[in-house]
Amino acid sequence: MAQAATAPSTRNYLQELLPRLVLAPSFAAVIIFVYGFILFTGYLSFTDSKMLPSFGWVGLENYSKLWALPHWWRALGNLGIFGSLYIVICSVLGLGLAILLDQKIRAEGVLRPIYLYPMALSFIVTGTAWKWFLDPGIGLEHTMHQWGWESFSFTWIKDRNFAIYTVVIAAVWQSSGFVMAMFLAGLRGVDNEIIKAAQMDGASNITIYRRIIIPMMRPVFLSAFVVLAHLAIKAYDLVIALTGGGPGQATELPATFMYSYTFTRNSMGIGAASATIMLIMIASIIVPYLYSELRTGRRS
Amino acid sequence: MSAPSPEIAVKTRSLTRILIYAALIVFAVYYLLPLYVMLVNSLKPLDEIRQGDMLSLPQQFTLDPWFSAWSTAQIGVQPTGLKPYFLNSILMVVPAVAASTLLGALNGYVLTKWRFPGDNLVFTLMLLSCFIPFQIVLIPMAKVLGLLNLAGTTWGLALVHAVYGIGFTTLFFRNYYEAFPTELVRAAMIDGASFFQIFRRILLPSSGPIIVVTVIWQFTNIWNDFLFGVSFADVNSLPMTVALNNLVSSSTGVKEYNVHFAGAILAALPTLIVYVVSGRYFVRGLMAGAVKG
Repeated sequence: MAQAATAPSTRNYLQELLPRLVLAPSFAAVIIFVYGFILFTGYLSFTDSKMLPSFGWVGLENYSKLWALPHWWRALGNLGIFGSLYIVICSVLGLGLAILLDQKIRAEGVLRPIYLYPMALSFIVTGTAWKWFLDPGIGLEHTMHQWGWESFSFTWIKDRNFAIYTVVIAAVWQSSGFVMAMFLAGLRGVDNEIIKAAQMDGASNITIYRRIIIPMMRPVFLSAFVVLAHLAIKAYDLVIALTGGGPGQATELPATFMYSYTFTRNSMGIGAASATIMLIMIASIIVPYLYSELRTGRRS
Repeated sequence: MSAPSPEIAVKTRSLTRILIYAALIVFAVYYLLPLYVMLVNSLKPLDEIRQGDMLSLPQQFTLDPWFSAWSTAQIGVQPTGLKPYFLNSILMVVPAVAASTLLGALNGYVLTKWRFPGDNLVFTLMLLSCFIPFQIVLIPMAKVLGLLNLAGTTWGLALVHAVYGIGFTTLFFRNYYEAFPTELVRAAMIDGASFFQIFRRILLPSSGPIIVVTVIWQFTNIWNDFLFGVSFADVNSLPMTVALNNLVSSSTGVKEYNVHFAGAILAALPTLIVYVVSGRYFVRGLMAGAVKG
């Protein structure tokens, strides 16, 4: 510390400040690019922006227009169908697979990565694969016809009333393995003593799962719900690759709605309003969750 | 409870085992099926796909769809194949991953070992930024990229990804360094080690696992991104995902399914390889990103 003696005060002062200086650029970037941009988009939702941002104040006009659009209602309705099926099926499938895999399966090391690999793929790749697999002209239906089952028909992806379910199929394929991994981690954390005690009392395996283990998975259910719900609200790429929002508007979701109103229909004000509503939806799920997580984290 | 006789118990036990294995194998087939369909059909000539079925192995094996997808297929208006866009993605991913990982490591270090009043608020704001729907930042980001003269460039995309990756990378490193013994840091401070010396000599050497987790997480997310790519790239800076989507959904000409499948596998290959090589770290990142608050 020879040099420190020459100018101790400046050096110490700098040393003290240095950590904060290192953190500052990241923090500034987050404040500007996340929170500043949220405010900017929020502000735009009250303006008459069309093709480009403009700052003429119009109050709540964009919101009243938005909520009067059947297109927006369809996007929300689709999100309701897609989101609830996606969350429920992924959770049931994830939990089921995790329980099966937790039965001291010899091939677990082979099976688990197989269940999980779709999570490493881009939704565009998933969408492409399922788009052609579900396409009646060359995919599953065509294959069944080739195999001699002439009456087989599976045209959901071309059907306005059913196309949204094909989005569910592809999305479940992509994410259920991940939910499985979450539940598996949860199951591995269950105290063996509890299970042994229940077995001593003569409880069957099914009873043990139903009455003891599955109720203990409550935090995992909550985490899975939060993760899947927020993925569902953000869902964009998969729909674009699988159906492009069609046929008609049959698979429009808020994210595709936002994009097309903002960038192709020149109604940036309405696009900004829809983005704001998406943010509110996600925040109402994430903020209470993180709040309770951080609080319990601090307690323990 | 009337206990069943031992033989019956053994029999039902092994029957249950068989059923469990059967169910597990059925699901393995379900998860592998799309990959199988893509792979098999990328090796068939187009006629065979149209006349045959999707599940059979190629009768007339060909690699042409792969060459076409890589270097001659029509993407938009240019017959360039996916090759230039693959390079774009690499040029976008490498700086974005490097920058966000480095910043995340430094941030995690400061937030756990150099705590200051308000550090929890800083962290909470960074944490919340991980979950925003990116639709909320698209419009101002497009404007800012224009102002910075980065609109439609690969550097611009790299910047966007680096910025929106900081939240997650900080979260990863903060949670990791939280468990790192603070006494070691304090001892080094008493010995006169500087801020960066402590980071380089004490924390970094034991950060291997979390660096791998973070790099894989960031790499996968940024490589797979579509929204930023489609919003901010121009024709020459499109990342792989957007180029693939253009290839598949272009409405002109014959639909070359075999080329689409080959292209899809090419787009998936980097992340798949990472997954196969280091799946354990990939899962750790997923869990840390999803479960931990």
